[in-house]
Amino acid sequence: MNAVMTIAGKEFCDGLRNRWVLAIALVLAALAVGIAWFGAAASGGLGFTSLATTLTSLSTLAVFLIPLIALLLAYDAVVGEQEAGTLLLLLTYPLSRTSFLLGKFLGHGLILGVATILGFGIAGVVVALGAEGVDKAELASGMGLLILSSVLLGWVFIAFAYLISVWVTEKARAAGLALVVWFLFVLVFDLGLLALLVSVKQGGDWLPWLLLLNPTECFRLINLAGFEAAGSISGVTSIAQGGAFRPAILIPILLAWILVPLGLAILRFRHRPA
Amino acid sequence: MTPVIDFQRVTKHHGDLTRIDALDLSVSPGEVLALLGHNGAGKTTTMHLILGLIAPDKGHVSVLGGAPAGPHAETLRRRLGYLPENVSFYEQLSGREVLTYFARLKRVARAQVDELLERVGLSSAANRRVKTYSKGMRQRLGLAQALLGEPQLLLLDEPTTGLDPAATRDFYQTVRDLRDRGCTVLLSSHVLPGVEPYIDRALILGGGHQLAIGSMAELRAEAQLPLTIHARGRLEEVAWHHGWDDPRIQVSAHQAHGVTFSVPVDAKLAALRHLTADPRVEDIELLPPTLEHLYTHFSAQRSPDQPGAFS
Repeated sequence: MNAVMTIAGKEFCDGLRNRWVLAIALVLAALAVGIAWFGAAASGGLGFTSLATTLTSLSTLAVFLIPLIALLLAYDAVVGEQEAGTLLLLLTYPLSRTSFLLGKFLGHGLILGVATILGFGIAGVVVALGAEGVDKAELASGMGLLILSSVLLGWVFIAFAYLISVWVTEKARAAGLALVVWFLFVLVFDLGLLALLVSVKQGGDWLPWLLLLNPTECFRLINLAGFEAAGSISGVTSIAQGGAFRPAILIPILLAWILVPLGLAILRFRHRPA
Repeated sequence: MTPVIDFQRVTKHHGDLTRIDALDLSVSPGEVLALLGHNGAGKTTTMHLILGLIAPDKGHVSVLGGAPAGPHAETLRRRLGYLPENVSFYEQLSGREVLTYFARLKRVARAQVDELLERVGLSSAANRRVKTYSKGMRQRLGLAQALLGEPQLLLLDEPTTGLDPAATRDFYQTVRDLRDRGCTVLLSSHVLPGVEPYIDRALILGGGHQLAIGSMAELRAEAQLPLTIHARGRLEEVAWHHGWDDPRIQVSAHQAHGVTFSVPVDAKLAALRHLTADPRVEDIELLPPTLEHLYTHFSAQRSPDQPGAFS
C-alpha cells in the first residue's frame, strides 16, 4: 500500500509540475463557460438559455474531450518508463507490478479528477453567479452528476490507456493505438449504431442495450436521463428512453468499464517478461 | 556457508539465441565477483536472472536463500542494490527528488538520501534537475540509488562507464568498503585494468558459456600464459635471441634502452638468473599476465564461432 501511495504521489506531483492539471482545468472551464454563454447562438440569441441545453452541450463536449485527455495523460504510463529505462530499475525494487499500476492509476485518476472538478466547478460557479433565473439546487445536482460521470469516463479511458501501454513496446505505437481507441469509441461506434438503427426495421428492442457496450454512450445516457422532458436529446441515445437506463444502473456499469480493462492490464503486466 | 547466489545448470533462451547455457555459479558472502565477456556474452542476462526479472528456462537460481521471483522477491529486493547498464532517471526531477523517491519505494530512512549524495559527490548538484547532469553524474546518482538501504548484495552492470579516472578509483574504493562490511558484489566491466585489484574472482563468459572462473592466481595457473620480463640497460649490440637454455624464452620487443622477453612461468627463474648474471643489465621488471591478457586468452578460445556478438 505504501508503494502504491509513493507512485501515486509522484505521478500527481508530476501532473502539477508539468501543468497537466492546470491545462486540463483551464480548457474545460473555458469551453464550459463559453458553451453556457453562447449556447443560444444557434437561435440568434446571446447569454444563458436553459440549464437543460447547457448541460446537454457540456456533456457532448465532455464526451469528446475527456477520453482524449485521459488517453493522452496515461498512454505512456508503462511504455514510457520502459523506453526511458526507469521501469527496469523500478521492477527490481520491493514493489509488485500490481502496486506499480495501481499507483499510476491513483495518480493519473487524481490528476484528471482534480482538473475536471476544478474546470467544470468553475463553470458551474460562473453560471450560478452570472445567469438569471437558474434553480441553484437543480444546477448543483446537474453539474454534480456531470462532474462525477466525467471523472468516471476519464478513469475508464485511463484504464484503456494502461491496457495499451502494457501491450506494446514502443511509445509511438501506444500513442497511435490510443488515438484509434478514441476514434472507435467516440466516433465510429456512434455511426455504426446509427447505421444499424436505420437498417433494422422491426423488432429492434435489443438495440438500446448495445449502448452499454460503449462507456461514452453510458456517460451520455447518465447526463441526458434527466432531460427527456426537455426534448433536447439528440443522436442515437434517444433510442434509450426508458426506465432501465437510469444513473443508478449506469454508474455501476461505468465502474465495470474501469475495472475490467484495468484488471486486464494488471494481468498482462504481471505475466509479461520485463 | 550458504552461497549468496547459487546457479545450477541455468539455461536461458531468447528466441533462437541461447543467452545462458547450463551455467553453474556459486558466490559466497562478502565476495567481489567480476563478470567479463563480449557484448552478448550473457553478463546482463545473468544479472537479470539474479534479479528475478526473467526466469530461467532450465535449471535453478537461488539468491540470498530463495528464488528471486515469487514470494521471496519482496524481502530479497529490500536487501539488494542494482545499477543497470545505461542507467536513466526522471529528467525533470532533481537528483535529490529522484533519490528520495527511490528511498521511499525501498522504505529507507530519508536521512540516507543526503548521506549518499554526499558520498557519491553530488551534494552540490542535488537540487539541479537530472536533465542537466553529465553522464558521470548520472552514473554516480545510479550508484547512490543502488546503495540505498545498505544492501547485502550489489549488482553493478558496467558501473564505471562515463566515470573519469579519479571517480573510478573512488568507486572501486566504495566497492572495497562495502565488501569489508560483508556485502557481496557482482560487477561487470569492460574496463579491465582498473578492476583487477578490487576483485576476488572473475567469471569469463562467452556466448552464454562459462569460459573460466577463479581468482587471478587460479586463472593464471589455468591459462599458463608466459610472463613478461623487461630488462633495461645498454643491451643494443647483444644477440638476445640466442644463448637461452630454454627455446620457449623469446624476445618480444627490442627498444633503445632495453629488451622485453616473453617467458613461460616455469622458466622464470632460469631467465632471471641468466639476466642477473649479465653485468650490462641495469634493471629488471617482472610483469605477470594481467586480467586483460587472461581475458583475451580465454575468450579467444571461443571467438571464431562467437554467435551474436553484437546482439
